[in-house]
Amino acid sequence: MHPMLNVAEIRKDFPILGRQVHGQPLVYLDNAATSQTPQQVIDVIVDYYSRYNANIHRGVHSLSQEATDAYEKARITIQKHFNIQHSHEVIMTSGTTHGINMVASGFTSFLNPGDEIWVSAMEHHSNIVPWQMLCERTGAELRVIPMNTTGELVLQPFYEELSERTQLVFCNHISNALGTINPIEEIIEAAHEVGAAVLIDGAQAAPHIKADLQALDVDFYTISAHKICGPTGVGALYGKTEWLEKLPPYQGGGEMIAEVSFEKTTYAGLPHKFEAGTPNICGGIAFGAALDYLNAIGMDRIAAYETELLQYATSELLKINGLRIYGEGTNKTSVISFNLEGIHPYDVGTLLDQMGIAVRTGHHCAQPIMDFYQIPGTVRASFAFYNTLSEVDRLVEGVKKAAQMLS
Amino acid sequence: MQIEAIQEEIVDEFSMFDDWMQRYEYMIELGKSLPKISDEFKTDDHLIKGCQSKVWVHADMEDGKVVFTADSDAIITKGIIGILIRAFSNQKPADILSAKTDFIDEIGLKEHLSPTRANGLVSMIKQLKLYALAYQAKIES
Ligand SMILES: Cc1ncc(COP(=O)(O)O)c(C=O)c1O
Repeated sequence: MHPMLNVAEIRKDFPILGRQVHGQPLVYLDNAATSQTPQQVIDVIVDYYSRYNANIHRGVHSLSQEATDAYEKARITIQKHFNIQHSHEVIMTSGTTHGINMVASGFTSFLNPGDEIWVSAMEHHSNIVPWQMLCERTGAELRVIPMNTTGELVLQPFYEELSERTQLVFCNHISNALGTINPIEEIIEAAHEVGAAVLIDGAQAAPHIKADLQALDVDFYTISAHKICGPTGVGALYGKTEWLEKLPPYQGGGEMIAEVSFEKTTYAGLPHKFEAGTPNICGGIAFGAALDYLNAIGMDRIAAYETELLQYATSELLKINGLRIYGEGTNKTSVISFNLEGIHPYDVGTLLDQMGIAVRTGHHCAQPIMDFYQIPGTVRASFAFYNTLSEVDRLVEGVKKAAQMLS
Repeated sequence: MQIEAIQEEIVDEFSMFDDWMQRYEYMIELGKSLPKISDEFKTDDHLIKGCQSKVWVHADMEDGKVVFTADSDAIITKGIIGILIRAFSNQKPADILSAKTDFIDEIGLKEHLSPTRANGLVSMIKQLKLYALAYQAKIES
Protein backbone atom coordinates (compact mmCIF):
# COMPACT_ATOMS: atom_id res chain seq x y z
CA MET A 1 0.00 0.00 0.00
CA HIS A 2 1.20 3.47 -0.82
CA PRO A 3 2.04 5.50 2.31
CA MET A 4 -0.04 8.47 1.16
CA LEU A 5 -2.99 6.83 -0.54
CA ASN A 6 -4.42 3.36 -0.72
CA VAL A 7 -4.56 3.55 -4.50
CA ALA A 8 -5.49 -0.11 -4.94
CA GLU A 9 -8.62 0.46 -2.85
CA ILE A 10 -9.39 3.76 -4.58
CA ARG A 11 -9.19 2.11 -8.00
CA LYS A 12 -11.98 -0.25 -7.00
CA ASP A 13 -14.27 2.78 -6.81
CA PHE A 14 -13.85 3.39 -10.54
CA PRO A 15 -15.55 0.67 -12.60
CA ILE A 16 -14.17 2.05 -15.88
CA LEU A 17 -10.58 1.46 -14.78
CA GLY A 18 -11.23 -2.26 -14.96
CA ARG A 19 -11.97 -2.29 -18.67
CA GLN A 20 -9.78 -3.30 -21.54
CA VAL A 21 -8.90 -1.35 -24.67
CA HIS A 22 -7.58 -3.21 -27.70
CA GLY A 23 -7.23 -6.27 -25.53
CA GLN A 24 -5.09 -4.58 -22.89
CA PRO A 25 -5.93 -3.16 -19.47
CA LEU A 26 -6.82 0.50 -19.90
CA VAL A 27 -4.25 3.05 -18.74
CA TYR A 28 -6.26 6.27 -18.55
CA LEU A 29 -3.98 9.29 -18.76
CA ASP A 30 -6.35 11.88 -20.20
CA ASN A 31 -7.56 13.22 -16.89
CA ALA A 32 -7.03 16.85 -17.86
CA ALA A 33 -9.68 16.40 -20.55
CA THR A 34 -12.11 14.67 -18.25
CA SER A 35 -11.78 12.64 -15.07
CA GLN A 36 -13.38 9.27 -14.41
CA THR A 37 -16.41 8.82 -12.19
CA PRO A 38 -16.40 6.79 -8.97
CA GLN A 39 -19.21 4.38 -8.14
CA GLN A 40 -20.24 6.65 -5.24
CA VAL A 41 -21.10 9.41 -7.74
CA ILE A 42 -22.68 6.99 -10.22
CA ASP A 43 -24.89 5.73 -7.37
CA VAL A 44 -26.06 9.27 -6.62
CA ILE A 45 -27.04 9.72 -10.27
CA VAL A 46 -28.93 6.42 -10.34
CA ASP A 47 -30.59 7.17 -7.01
CA TYR A 48 -31.79 10.56 -8.24
CA TYR A 49 -33.53 9.14 -11.31
CA SER A 50 -34.76 6.08 -9.41
CA ARG A 51 -36.21 7.84 -6.40
CA TYR A 52 -36.75 11.60 -6.55
CA ASN A 53 -36.47 13.00 -10.08
CA ALA A 54 -38.58 16.19 -10.06
CA ASN A 55 -38.33 19.81 -11.05
CA ILE A 56 -36.95 22.07 -8.35
CA HIS A 57 -37.90 25.37 -6.76
CA ARG A 58 -41.47 25.19 -8.00
CA GLY A 59 -43.33 22.13 -6.78
CA VAL A 60 -45.29 21.79 -3.57
CA HIS A 61 -45.03 18.03 -3.69
CA SER A 62 -42.53 15.93 -1.77
CA LEU A 63 -40.38 14.80 -4.70
CA SER A 64 -39.83 18.37 -5.79
CA GLN A 65 -38.93 19.31 -2.24
CA GLU A 66 -36.45 16.44 -1.94
CA ALA A 67 -34.83 17.30 -5.24
CA THR A 68 -34.64 21.00 -4.30
CA ASP A 69 -33.05 20.15 -0.95
CA ALA A 70 -30.46 17.88 -2.55
CA TYR A 71 -29.64 20.46 -5.22
CA GLU A 72 -29.28 23.28 -2.70
CA LYS A 73 -27.20 21.02 -0.48
CA ALA A 74 -24.82 20.55 -3.39
CA ARG A 75 -24.53 24.32 -3.71
CA ILE A 76 -23.51 24.50 -0.04
CA THR A 77 -20.97 21.71 -0.56
CA ILE A 78 -19.41 23.76 -3.37
CA GLN A 79 -19.51 26.88 -1.19
CA LYS A 80 -17.72 25.15 1.69
CA HIS A 81 -15.19 23.41 -0.53
CA PHE A 82 -14.00 26.68 -2.04
CA ASN A 83 -14.46 28.68 1.18
CA ILE A 84 -17.00 31.00 -0.41
CA GLN A 85 -18.68 33.49 1.91
CA HIS A 86 -22.30 33.16 0.73
CA SER A 87 -24.06 30.28 -0.97
CA HIS A 88 -25.81 32.75 -3.31
CA GLU A 89 -22.38 33.52 -4.73
CA VAL A 90 -22.33 30.03 -6.25
CA ILE A 91 -24.03 30.12 -9.65
CA MET A 92 -24.71 26.68 -11.09
CA THR A 93 -23.63 26.51 -14.75
CA SER A 94 -23.18 23.96 -17.47
CA GLY A 95 -19.41 24.25 -17.01
CA THR A 96 -16.46 26.59 -17.20
CA THR A 97 -17.28 27.78 -20.72
CA HIS A 98 -20.76 28.80 -19.60
CA GLY A 99 -19.41 30.69 -16.58
CA ILE A 100 -16.89 32.58 -18.68
CA ASN A 101 -19.52 33.57 -21.22
CA MET A 102 -21.80 34.75 -18.44
CA VAL A 103 -19.16 37.17 -17.18
CA ALA A 104 -18.04 38.25 -20.66
CA SER A 105 -21.62 38.97 -21.67
CA GLY A 106 -22.33 40.79 -18.42
CA PHE A 107 -19.36 43.13 -18.89
CA THR A 108 -20.71 44.42 -22.20
CA SER A 109 -22.51 47.29 -20.52
CA PHE A 110 -19.48 48.21 -18.36
CA LEU A 111 -16.92 48.64 -21.10
CA ASN A 112 -16.11 51.58 -23.36
CA PRO A 113 -13.76 52.07 -26.30
CA GLY A 114 -10.24 52.47 -24.97
CA ASP A 115 -10.79 50.11 -22.05
CA GLU A 116 -8.55 47.05 -21.80
CA ILE A 117 -9.03 43.39 -21.05
CA TRP A 118 -5.94 41.29 -20.30
CA VAL A 119 -5.78 37.56 -20.90
CA SER A 120 -2.80 35.27 -20.48
CA ALA A 121 -0.91 33.72 -23.39
CA MET A 122 -1.75 30.24 -22.10
CA GLU A 123 -5.49 30.25 -22.36
CA HIS A 124 -7.71 27.51 -23.66
CA HIS A 125 -8.44 29.10 -27.05
CA SER A 126 -12.18 28.65 -26.80
CA ASN A 127 -11.90 30.90 -23.74
CA ILE A 128 -10.19 33.66 -25.68
CA VAL A 129 -13.14 33.91 -28.04
CA PRO A 130 -15.68 35.31 -25.51
CA TRP A 131 -13.21 38.15 -24.75
CA GLN A 132 -12.62 38.85 -28.43
CA MET A 133 -16.36 39.02 -28.91
CA LEU A 134 -16.68 41.33 -25.91
CA CYS A 135 -14.00 43.60 -27.39
CA GLU A 136 -15.81 43.66 -30.72
CA ARG A 137 -19.06 44.65 -29.01
CA THR A 138 -17.55 47.38 -26.87
CA GLY A 139 -14.45 48.67 -28.64
CA ALA A 140 -12.26 47.57 -25.74
CA GLU A 141 -8.78 46.26 -26.49
CA LEU A 142 -7.51 42.74 -25.78
CA ARG A 143 -4.01 42.61 -24.26
CA VAL A 144 -1.94 39.50 -23.65
CA ILE A 145 0.27 38.56 -20.68
CA PRO A 146 3.18 36.84 -22.45
CA MET A 147 4.89 33.56 -21.56
CA ASN A 148 8.46 32.26 -21.75
CA THR A 149 9.87 29.03 -23.19
CA THR A 150 9.78 27.32 -19.80
CA GLY A 151 6.01 27.69 -20.01
CA GLU A 152 5.59 30.35 -17.35
CA LEU A 153 3.87 33.72 -17.52
CA VAL A 154 6.05 36.81 -17.71
CA LEU A 155 4.33 39.37 -15.53
CA GLN A 156 6.62 42.38 -15.98
CA PRO A 157 4.95 43.82 -19.14
CA PHE A 158 1.58 43.32 -17.50
CA TYR A 159 2.66 45.14 -14.34
CA GLU A 160 4.13 47.98 -16.38
CA GLU A 161 1.17 48.54 -18.66
CA LEU A 162 -1.66 47.91 -16.28
CA SER A 163 -3.68 51.12 -15.83
CA GLU A 164 -7.09 52.47 -14.91
CA ARG A 165 -8.10 51.58 -18.45
CA THR A 166 -7.85 47.90 -17.49
CA GLN A 167 -11.31 46.69 -16.57
CA LEU A 168 -10.90 42.95 -16.49
CA VAL A 169 -8.14 40.34 -16.25
CA PHE A 170 -8.68 36.72 -17.25
CA CYS A 171 -6.24 33.93 -16.54
CA ASN A 172 -6.37 30.22 -15.94
CA HIS A 173 -5.25 29.02 -12.54
CA ILE A 174 -3.53 26.08 -14.21
CA SER A 175 -2.79 25.68 -17.91
CA ASN A 176 -4.42 22.62 -19.44
CA ALA A 177 -1.74 22.27 -22.09
CA LEU A 178 1.33 22.70 -19.89
CA GLY A 179 0.24 22.06 -16.32
CA THR A 180 1.81 25.31 -15.13
CA ILE A 181 0.31 26.73 -11.92
CA ASN A 182 0.02 30.44 -12.62
CA PRO A 183 0.82 33.11 -10.00
CA ILE A 184 -2.78 34.19 -9.69
CA GLU A 185 -2.29 35.78 -6.26
CA GLU A 186 0.08 38.35 -7.78
CA ILE A 187 -2.17 38.87 -10.80
CA ILE A 188 -5.24 39.45 -8.63
CA GLU A 189 -3.41 41.88 -6.37
CA ALA A 190 -1.99 43.90 -9.26
CA ALA A 191 -5.34 44.04 -11.05
CA HIS A 192 -7.14 45.18 -7.92
CA GLU A 193 -4.67 48.02 -7.45
CA VAL A 194 -6.00 49.59 -10.66
CA GLY A 195 -9.60 48.65 -9.88
CA ALA A 196 -9.90 45.85 -12.45
CA ALA A 197 -11.98 42.72 -11.87
CA VAL A 198 -10.34 39.29 -12.16
CA LEU A 199 -11.87 36.08 -13.49
CA ILE A 200 -9.82 32.96 -12.86
CA ASP A 201 -10.55 29.81 -14.86
CA GLY A 202 -10.19 27.06 -12.29
CA ALA A 203 -11.15 24.17 -14.58
CA GLN A 204 -7.71 22.54 -14.37
CA ALA A 205 -6.95 23.61 -10.83
CA ALA A 206 -9.99 22.14 -9.10
CA PRO A 207 -8.78 18.51 -9.42
CA HIS A 208 -5.49 19.32 -7.70
CA ILE A 209 -5.91 22.41 -5.54
CA LYS A 210 -8.61 23.34 -3.06
CA ALA A 211 -8.69 27.06 -3.77
CA ASP A 212 -9.70 29.34 -0.90
CA LEU A 213 -11.63 31.94 -2.85
CA GLN A 214 -12.01 34.38 0.04
CA ALA A 215 -8.29 34.34 0.74
CA LEU A 216 -7.57 34.77 -2.98
CA ASP A 217 -9.96 37.73 -3.03
CA VAL A 218 -10.79 36.83 -6.63
CA ASP A 219 -13.88 38.38 -8.23
CA PHE A 220 -14.95 35.40 -10.33
CA TYR A 221 -13.81 31.76 -10.48
CA THR A 222 -15.13 28.99 -12.73
CA ILE A 223 -15.05 25.21 -12.51
CA SER A 224 -16.36 22.17 -14.39
CA ALA A 225 -17.60 19.12 -12.46
CA HIS A 226 -16.36 16.66 -15.09
CA LYS A 227 -12.73 17.40 -14.26
CA ILE A 228 -13.24 16.50 -10.61
CA CYS A 229 -14.94 13.10 -10.80
CA GLY A 230 -18.38 14.60 -11.42
CA PRO A 231 -20.62 14.38 -14.49
CA THR A 232 -20.22 16.36 -17.73
CA GLY A 233 -22.27 19.43 -18.54
CA VAL A 234 -22.38 20.94 -15.06
CA GLY A 235 -20.17 23.38 -13.22
CA ALA A 236 -20.17 26.49 -11.11
CA LEU A 237 -19.31 30.15 -11.37
CA TYR A 238 -18.29 31.95 -8.22
CA GLY A 239 -18.85 35.69 -8.18
CA LYS A 240 -18.51 38.25 -5.42
CA THR A 241 -21.94 39.49 -4.36
CA GLU A 242 -21.29 43.08 -5.43
CA TRP A 243 -20.31 41.95 -8.92
CA LEU A 244 -23.22 39.53 -9.28
CA GLU A 245 -25.63 42.27 -8.27
CA LYS A 246 -24.16 44.69 -10.80
CA LEU A 247 -24.02 42.19 -13.65
CA PRO A 248 -27.17 41.92 -15.81
CA PRO A 249 -28.75 38.46 -16.19
CA TYR A 250 -27.27 36.28 -18.91
CA GLN A 251 -30.37 34.50 -20.13
CA GLY A 252 -34.06 35.13 -19.71
CA GLY A 253 -36.40 32.34 -18.68
CA GLY A 254 -38.07 30.51 -15.86
CA GLU A 255 -36.44 30.45 -12.40
CA MET A 256 -34.69 33.81 -12.92
CA ILE A 257 -37.66 36.11 -12.47
CA ALA A 258 -39.56 37.47 -9.49
CA GLU A 259 -42.55 39.01 -11.23
CA VAL A 260 -43.49 39.10 -14.88
CA SER A 261 -45.97 41.22 -16.75
CA PHE A 262 -45.81 42.38 -20.34
CA GLU A 263 -44.79 45.83 -19.11
CA LYS A 264 -42.05 44.89 -16.73
CA THR A 265 -40.22 41.95 -15.24
CA THR A 266 -38.32 42.03 -11.99
CA TYR A 267 -35.50 39.61 -11.63
CA ALA A 268 -35.14 37.09 -8.90
CA GLY A 269 -32.41 37.54 -6.33
CA LEU A 270 -29.07 35.75 -6.37
CA PRO A 271 -28.24 33.11 -7.41
CA HIS A 272 -31.47 32.57 -9.37
CA LYS A 273 -31.02 35.70 -11.48
CA PHE A 274 -28.33 33.77 -13.36
CA GLU A 275 -30.03 30.38 -13.40
CA ALA A 276 -32.72 30.63 -16.05
CA GLY A 277 -34.61 27.47 -16.95
CA THR A 278 -34.55 23.98 -15.46
CA PRO A 279 -30.94 23.28 -14.56
CA ASN A 280 -28.99 20.02 -14.71
CA ILE A 281 -30.50 18.98 -11.38
CA CYS A 282 -29.05 15.49 -11.24
CA GLY A 283 -25.69 16.78 -12.45
CA GLY A 284 -25.62 19.44 -9.74
CA ILE A 285 -26.38 16.91 -7.04
CA ALA A 286 -23.71 14.55 -8.41
CA PHE A 287 -21.25 17.47 -8.53
CA GLY A 288 -21.71 17.83 -4.78
CA ALA A 289 -21.23 14.09 -4.32
CA ALA A 290 -17.98 14.25 -6.31
CA LEU A 291 -16.61 16.93 -3.99
CA ASP A 292 -17.64 14.83 -0.99
CA TYR A 293 -15.78 11.90 -2.51
CA LEU A 294 -12.58 13.91 -3.04
CA ASN A 295 -12.75 15.47 0.41
CA ALA A 296 -13.15 12.07 2.02
CA ILE A 297 -9.80 11.14 0.46
CA GLY A 298 -8.33 14.56 1.17
CA MET A 299 -7.21 17.12 -1.41
CA ASP A 300 -3.80 17.51 0.26
CA ARG A 301 -3.09 13.81 0.03
CA ILE A 302 -4.30 13.75 -3.56
CA ALA A 303 -1.98 16.62 -4.46
CA ALA A 304 1.01 15.07 -2.69
CA TYR A 305 0.51 11.72 -4.40
CA GLU A 306 0.01 13.33 -7.83
CA THR A 307 3.26 15.25 -7.34
CA GLU A 308 5.02 11.96 -6.78
CA LEU A 309 3.47 10.55 -10.00
CA LEU A 310 4.55 13.69 -11.86
CA GLN A 311 8.13 13.54 -10.64
CA TYR A 312 8.50 9.87 -11.39
CA ALA A 313 6.93 10.19 -14.87
CA THR A 314 9.00 13.27 -15.69
CA SER A 315 12.31 11.66 -14.78
CA GLU A 316 11.48 8.39 -16.55
CA LEU A 317 10.23 10.07 -19.73
CA LEU A 318 13.27 12.35 -19.90
CA LYS A 319 15.48 9.26 -20.11
CA ILE A 320 14.03 8.63 -23.58
CA ASN A 321 16.25 9.93 -26.37
CA GLY A 322 14.91 12.99 -28.17
CA LEU A 323 11.98 13.51 -25.82
CA ARG A 324 11.20 17.10 -24.94
CA ILE A 325 8.74 18.23 -22.28
CA TYR A 326 6.83 21.49 -22.75
CA GLY A 327 6.05 23.23 -19.49
CA GLU A 328 9.12 22.94 -17.31
CA GLY A 329 8.12 25.40 -14.64
CA THR A 330 8.87 24.38 -11.08
CA ASN A 331 5.30 24.98 -10.02
CA LYS A 332 3.15 22.56 -11.99
CA THR A 333 0.55 19.84 -11.64
CA SER A 334 0.50 16.29 -12.95
CA VAL A 335 0.31 17.15 -16.63
CA ILE A 336 3.13 16.27 -19.02
CA SER A 337 3.06 17.64 -22.53
CA PHE A 338 5.82 16.22 -24.68
CA ASN A 339 7.08 15.41 -28.16
CA LEU A 340 9.59 13.00 -29.62
CA GLU A 341 12.04 14.77 -31.88
CA GLY A 342 10.97 14.62 -35.52
CA ILE A 343 7.84 12.60 -34.78
CA HIS A 344 4.29 13.87 -35.06
CA PRO A 345 2.39 13.70 -31.73
CA TYR A 346 -0.54 12.11 -33.52
CA ASP A 347 1.54 9.10 -34.53
CA VAL A 348 2.63 8.58 -30.93
CA GLY A 349 -0.93 8.91 -29.61
CA THR A 350 -2.28 6.47 -32.20
CA LEU A 351 0.25 3.81 -31.28
CA LEU A 352 -0.23 4.36 -27.54
CA ASP A 353 -3.96 3.84 -28.04
CA GLN A 354 -3.20 0.47 -29.61
CA MET A 355 -1.40 -0.39 -26.40
CA GLY A 356 -4.44 0.56 -24.31
CA ILE A 357 -2.94 3.86 -23.16
CA ALA A 358 -5.24 6.88 -23.42
CA VAL A 359 -3.45 10.20 -23.89
CA ARG A 360 -4.47 13.35 -25.66
CA THR A 361 -2.70 14.58 -28.76
CA GLY A 362 -3.05 17.82 -30.64
CA HIS A 363 -3.09 21.47 -29.67
CA HIS A 364 -5.23 20.91 -26.54
CA CYS A 365 -7.39 23.90 -27.45
CA ALA A 366 -4.36 26.08 -26.81
CA GLN A 367 -3.33 27.00 -30.34
CA PRO A 368 -1.46 30.14 -29.19
CA ILE A 369 0.85 28.00 -27.03
CA MET A 370 1.57 25.64 -29.95
CA ASP A 371 2.25 28.64 -32.19
CA PHE A 372 4.60 29.98 -29.52
CA TYR A 373 6.65 26.77 -29.58
CA GLN A 374 6.11 26.39 -33.36
CA ILE A 375 4.86 22.83 -33.07
CA PRO A 376 1.68 21.22 -34.45
CA GLY A 377 0.78 19.90 -31.01
CA THR A 378 2.01 17.67 -28.24
CA VAL A 379 1.27 14.34 -26.64
CA ARG A 380 -0.25 15.06 -23.25
CA ALA A 381 -0.34 12.58 -20.40
CA SER A 382 -2.28 13.85 -17.41
CA PHE A 383 -2.41 11.91 -14.17
CA ALA A 384 -5.04 11.58 -11.48
CA PHE A 385 -4.84 10.18 -7.96
CA TYR A 386 -6.15 6.80 -9.20
CA ASN A 387 -3.20 6.34 -11.54
CA THR A 388 -0.30 4.19 -10.39
CA LEU A 389 3.46 4.14 -10.74
CA SER A 390 3.18 0.95 -12.79
CA GLU A 391 0.87 2.78 -15.19
CA VAL A 392 3.61 5.37 -15.56
CA ASP A 393 5.92 2.48 -16.44
CA ARG A 394 3.49 1.30 -19.10
CA LEU A 395 3.39 4.80 -20.56
CA VAL A 396 7.17 5.00 -20.67
CA GLU A 397 7.44 1.55 -22.27
CA GLY A 398 4.73 2.54 -24.74
CA VAL A 399 6.48 5.74 -25.74
CA LYS A 400 9.73 3.83 -26.22
CA LYS A 401 8.01 1.28 -28.42
CA ALA A 402 6.31 4.05 -30.43
CA ALA A 403 9.62 5.86 -30.87
CA GLN A 404 11.20 2.65 -32.14
CA MET A 405 8.38 1.98 -34.60
CA LEU A 406 8.22 5.54 -35.91
CA SER A 407 11.86 6.37 -36.41
CA MET B 1 -5.49 -3.10 -62.57
CA GLN B 2 -9.10 -2.36 -61.63
CA ILE B 3 -9.81 -0.56 -58.40
CA GLU B 4 -11.63 -3.56 -57.00
CA ALA B 5 -8.71 -5.89 -57.71
CA ILE B 6 -6.26 -3.51 -56.05
CA GLN B 7 -8.50 -3.26 -53.02
CA GLU B 8 -8.65 -7.05 -52.78
CA GLU B 9 -4.88 -7.18 -52.99
CA ILE B 10 -4.58 -4.69 -50.12
CA VAL B 11 -7.07 -6.66 -48.02
CA ASP B 12 -5.05 -9.80 -48.68
CA GLU B 13 -1.84 -8.15 -47.61
CA PHE B 14 -3.36 -6.93 -44.37
CA SER B 15 -4.93 -10.29 -43.59
CA MET B 16 -1.43 -11.75 -43.22
CA PHE B 17 -0.79 -9.76 -40.06
CA ASP B 18 -1.90 -11.18 -36.79
CA ASP B 19 -1.26 -8.26 -34.52
CA TRP B 20 -1.67 -4.52 -34.57
CA MET B 21 2.06 -3.86 -34.47
CA GLN B 22 2.68 -5.61 -37.76
CA ARG B 23 -0.28 -3.81 -39.26
CA TYR B 24 1.02 -0.41 -38.18
CA GLU B 25 4.59 -1.18 -39.11
CA TYR B 26 3.34 -2.01 -42.58
CA MET B 27 1.35 1.21 -42.75
CA ILE B 28 4.44 3.15 -41.73
CA GLU B 29 6.34 1.41 -44.56
CA LEU B 30 3.59 2.30 -47.01
CA GLY B 31 3.77 5.88 -45.80
CA LYS B 32 7.43 6.01 -46.71
CA SER B 33 6.72 4.93 -50.30
CA LEU B 34 3.85 7.36 -50.85
CA PRO B 35 3.91 9.13 -54.26
CA LYS B 36 5.03 12.51 -52.97
CA ILE B 37 3.20 15.70 -53.85
CA SER B 38 5.57 18.32 -55.23
CA ASP B 39 6.34 21.12 -52.79
CA GLU B 40 4.61 23.78 -54.90
CA PHE B 41 1.29 22.08 -54.13
CA LYS B 42 1.82 21.84 -50.37
CA THR B 43 -0.39 24.86 -49.87
CA ASP B 44 -3.47 25.52 -47.80
CA ASP B 45 -5.83 24.91 -50.70
CA HIS B 46 -4.45 21.37 -51.03
CA LEU B 47 -4.95 20.70 -47.34
CA ILE B 48 -7.69 18.30 -46.25
CA LYS B 49 -9.86 19.58 -43.43
CA GLY B 50 -10.89 17.30 -40.59
CA CYS B 51 -7.57 15.62 -39.87
CA GLN B 52 -5.51 16.24 -36.73
CA SER B 53 -2.37 15.95 -38.79
CA LYS B 54 -1.84 17.83 -42.03
CA VAL B 55 -2.64 16.05 -45.29
CA TRP B 56 -2.05 17.58 -48.69
CA VAL B 57 -3.44 15.98 -51.85
CA HIS B 58 -2.97 16.94 -55.46
CA ALA B 59 -4.47 15.43 -58.61
CA ASP B 60 -3.40 15.51 -62.26
CA MET B 61 -4.96 14.06 -65.37
CA GLU B 62 -2.76 11.81 -67.51
CA ASP B 63 -4.16 9.87 -70.50
CA GLY B 64 -7.69 10.09 -69.18
CA LYS B 65 -6.68 8.84 -65.74
CA VAL B 66 -6.43 10.69 -62.44
CA VAL B 67 -3.01 10.58 -60.81
CA PHE B 68 -2.86 11.46 -57.14
CA THR B 69 0.11 12.62 -55.10
CA ALA B 70 0.04 13.46 -51.40
CA ASP B 71 1.97 14.05 -48.22
CA SER B 72 1.38 14.39 -44.50
CA ASP B 73 3.35 15.58 -41.49
CA ALA B 74 2.38 12.40 -39.61
CA ILE B 75 3.73 9.10 -40.83
CA ILE B 76 0.73 6.88 -40.02
CA THR B 77 -1.48 9.36 -41.83
CA LYS B 78 0.91 9.10 -44.76
CA GLY B 79 0.37 5.35 -44.70
CA ILE B 80 -3.38 5.76 -44.76
CA ILE B 81 -3.44 8.24 -47.62
CA GLY B 82 -0.88 5.98 -49.32
CA ILE B 83 -3.31 3.06 -49.16
CA LEU B 84 -6.11 5.20 -50.58
CA ILE B 85 -3.94 6.50 -53.40
CA ARG B 86 -2.78 3.02 -54.27
CA ALA B 87 -6.44 2.05 -54.71
CA PHE B 88 -7.60 5.15 -56.57
CA SER B 89 -4.66 6.59 -58.48
CA ASN B 90 -4.19 5.92 -62.19
CA GLN B 91 -7.88 5.25 -62.65
CA LYS B 92 -10.59 6.80 -64.79
CA PRO B 93 -12.63 9.47 -62.98
CA ALA B 94 -15.87 7.54 -63.51
CA ASP B 95 -14.34 4.42 -61.92
CA ILE B 96 -13.09 6.39 -58.91
CA LEU B 97 -16.53 7.90 -58.47
CA SER B 98 -18.31 4.56 -58.51
CA ALA B 99 -15.72 2.71 -56.40
CA LYS B 100 -16.77 1.32 -53.04
CA THR B 101 -14.68 1.96 -49.94
CA ASP B 102 -15.63 -1.08 -47.84
CA PHE B 103 -12.07 -2.35 -48.00
CA ILE B 104 -11.13 0.25 -45.37
CA ASP B 105 -13.30 -1.60 -42.87
CA GLU B 106 -11.94 -4.94 -44.02
CA ILE B 107 -8.34 -4.01 -43.30
CA GLY B 108 -9.44 -2.94 -39.83
CA LEU B 109 -8.52 0.68 -40.31
CA LYS B 110 -11.75 2.35 -39.47
CA GLU B 111 -12.30 0.27 -36.37
CA HIS B 112 -8.78 0.76 -35.10
CA LEU B 113 -8.50 4.46 -35.58
CA SER B 114 -9.73 7.09 -33.20
CA PRO B 115 -12.88 9.02 -34.13
CA THR B 116 -10.97 12.11 -35.21
CA ARG B 117 -8.72 9.99 -37.35
CA ALA B 118 -11.68 8.13 -38.78
CA ASN B 119 -13.16 11.47 -39.69
CA GLY B 120 -9.91 12.32 -41.36
CA LEU B 121 -10.18 9.12 -43.35
CA VAL B 122 -13.67 10.04 -44.47
CA SER B 123 -12.46 13.51 -45.47
CA MET B 124 -9.60 11.98 -47.46
CA ILE B 125 -11.91 9.69 -49.42
CA LYS B 126 -14.26 12.58 -50.04
CA GLN B 127 -11.42 14.73 -51.34
CA LEU B 128 -10.19 12.04 -53.77
CA LYS B 129 -13.71 11.60 -55.08
CA LEU B 130 -14.13 15.37 -55.44
CA TYR B 131 -11.06 15.52 -57.65
CA ALA B 132 -12.48 12.67 -59.73
CA LEU B 133 -15.79 14.49 -59.97
CA ALA B 134 -14.08 17.65 -61.20
CA TYR B 135 -12.20 15.75 -63.90
CA GLN B 136 -15.32 13.85 -64.89
CA ALA B 137 -17.15 17.16 -65.34
CA LYS B 138 -14.29 18.36 -67.55
CA ILE B 139 -14.52 15.28 -69.73
CA GLU B 140 -18.25 15.67 -70.16
CA SER B 141 -18.18 19.37 -70.94
C1 LIG C 1 -8.34 25.48 -18.64
C2 LIG C 1 -9.67 25.07 -19.17
N1 LIG C 1 -10.65 25.99 -19.27
C3 LIG C 1 -11.87 25.66 -19.72
C4 LIG C 1 -12.18 24.40 -20.15
C5 LIG C 1 -13.54 24.12 -20.70
O1 LIG C 1 -14.32 23.44 -19.79
P1 LIG C 1 -15.79 22.97 -20.18
O2 LIG C 1 -15.66 22.32 -21.51
O3 LIG C 1 -16.18 22.03 -19.10
O4 LIG C 1 -16.64 24.20 -20.24
C6 LIG C 1 -11.21 23.41 -20.05
C7 LIG C 1 -11.52 22.01 -20.45
O5 LIG C 1 -10.97 21.43 -21.33
C8 LIG C 1 -9.92 23.75 -19.57
O6 LIG C 1 -8.95 22.85 -19.49
